[in-house]
Amino acid sequence: MQREMTRKTRRPRGNFHQTLAPLLFLLPNILIFVLFIIIPAVQGLRMSFMNWSIFGGITPAGFRNFTRLLTDRVFKITLGNTVVYSLATVILLTVVALGLALLLYKNRMKGEKAYRSALYIPSLLSMITVGIAWRFILGDEMGIINYLLRLSGGSGLGFLSDRALAMPSVIAVTLWAQAGYYMIIMISGLQAIPLELYEAARIDGAGRVRTFWHITLPLLKSTVLVVLVLATIASFKAYELITVMTSGGPGTTTKLIVQQIYQVAFTEDRLGYASAMSVVLMVIIGLFTLVQFRLGGKEQDYE
Amino acid sequence: MSESRFRLALRYILLTLLTFLVLFPVVWIVLSSFKPQSELFRQPMSLLPRNFTTENYAQAFSQGDFPRYFGNSLLVAVSSTVLAVLLNVMAGYALAKYIFPGRDLIFGLMLSTLMIPLQVIMIPIFLQLKSFGLLNTHWGLIIPPAATPTGIFLARQYMLTLPNSMIEAARIDGANEFALFRRIILPLSAPIVATITIFSFMWRWNDYLWPLIVITDNKLQTVQQALANFVGQLQINWSSLLAMTTVAIIPVIIVFFAFQRYFMTGISAGAVKG
Repeated sequence: MQREMTRKTRRPRGNFHQTLAPLLFLLPNILIFVLFIIIPAVQGLRMSFMNWSIFGGITPAGFRNFTRLLTDRVFKITLGNTVVYSLATVILLTVVALGLALLLYKNRMKGEKAYRSALYIPSLLSMITVGIAWRFILGDEMGIINYLLRLSGGSGLGFLSDRALAMPSVIAVTLWAQAGYYMIIMISGLQAIPLELYEAARIDGAGRVRTFWHITLPLLKSTVLVVLVLATIASFKAYELITVMTSGGPGTTTKLIVQQIYQVAFTEDRLGYASAMSVVLMVIIGLFTLVQFRLGGKEQDYE
Repeated sequence: MSESRFRLALRYILLTLLTFLVLFPVVWIVLSSFKPQSELFRQPMSLLPRNFTTENYAQAFSQGDFPRYFGNSLLVAVSSTVLAVLLNVMAGYALAKYIFPGRDLIFGLMLSTLMIPLQVIMIPIFLQLKSFGLLNTHWGLIIPPAATPTGIFLARQYMLTLPNSMIEAARIDGANEFALFRRIILPLSAPIVATITIFSFMWRWNDYLWPLIVITDNKLQTVQQALANFVGQLQINWSSLLAMTTVAIIPVIIVFFAFQRYFMTGISAGAVKG
């Protein structure tokens, strides 16, 4: 219809302009995507099959970078740390975000917006500032938490210096920093559930627990899945928080895969080998993003 | 849904407690930044500064290059945001309101770049920027992150809701495609412009990995880089650092409270992050 009307009025210009104009509108975006995402991605893949060093030159490496990864102890440790960090943050974030959303989402509840904004505030902060804030709060000698622990008769804890506590601390801080964001997504999912269903359940005499398991959760499934996938991808990309909170320590107990890639590439000048690690990370993130697309598509149908 | 008064009260108490718990770290940082150095770790600790001082701020702003880093961050975040808004709205409009061969393929490909975050291509990006001469320039921080799949997605969703009849009427009146975009579409896009503006500003302001890769020249660094460098020192000067951290937090908090509504709709509509 759009085309027909134009054809009637100004045929000679209309069609030409209507094919060319959108391409011109898209051109700057396409250029950026090609130059700064697609070409680098292909280049990264190519580099993973080479020994590539800024100061030492470039030679082909075949699959050696990848076979070396299999026996690289530090790589395996950081990958393991990342998996632990990922599993813990994803599960905790999903459960806590859902809990907060359920607590908060209530029609005509007074002050709902104020609570919602307050709980969202940590999500506004850069992970650098989050890390600094918590490093100050969790400090061994002078942190407020340890002060309060000692005040109540306990002994101080090495939240960031104890090998057993550093990773749980980092996970807890991630939870603090990101739960609000996922809570908002959960709330929008809850708002999409028709109220009549709850009304019907109430008339049928279903209790709170039954209503949750049989109405809320099944209808919230796609939202929960989106949160799971987003949180998983975010956890594999994590970098900043660790940098300022623990620098990967003590030892390598909190070092994540992105830290290792950065170090091998830019400190050790082994760009090819670091690219092989990046390819592994890209495959992991790519798989989860694909899942997200499938879910995103489904959700649009459902609306 | 009705709820007993007792349960409702319980809900409010729980929410209030949680809110205090969540906000405490932020409040603690901000209040501590107004304590004199001698008081920062003195026990017994107190929430409110006993001797309120703005000396930490004066110190943070006078010694070192903190005002410069703040200016750099502002310049980069604002420029990149202006560019992002323009590029995303143009792309969203093209993808929503024109029919042309390859449209859906282009949209699909753009969205699929979500699969390739900076973290996995930082090495080749570094080399690419180097070959373009964009290392150690603010352009390197402004241009590449401006095109975000999330922004394009949000803009397209919004453009789909604009009526075609208006566009047709403008065409019949003889407006060419670019005048149409400028005079009809842009003025109607205020809500989506606001949404993309606040998210883009927040992302760019909070960025750390991009500047870390692009900028090594001390004079060009951003606030987040400066903060991270400060933490990397052997002896952390906490009173200055807390003042700087507070200053680094303020812009996003202001933007949030000014545009709260758009934040919430943006997150729910997108549920994708770039």
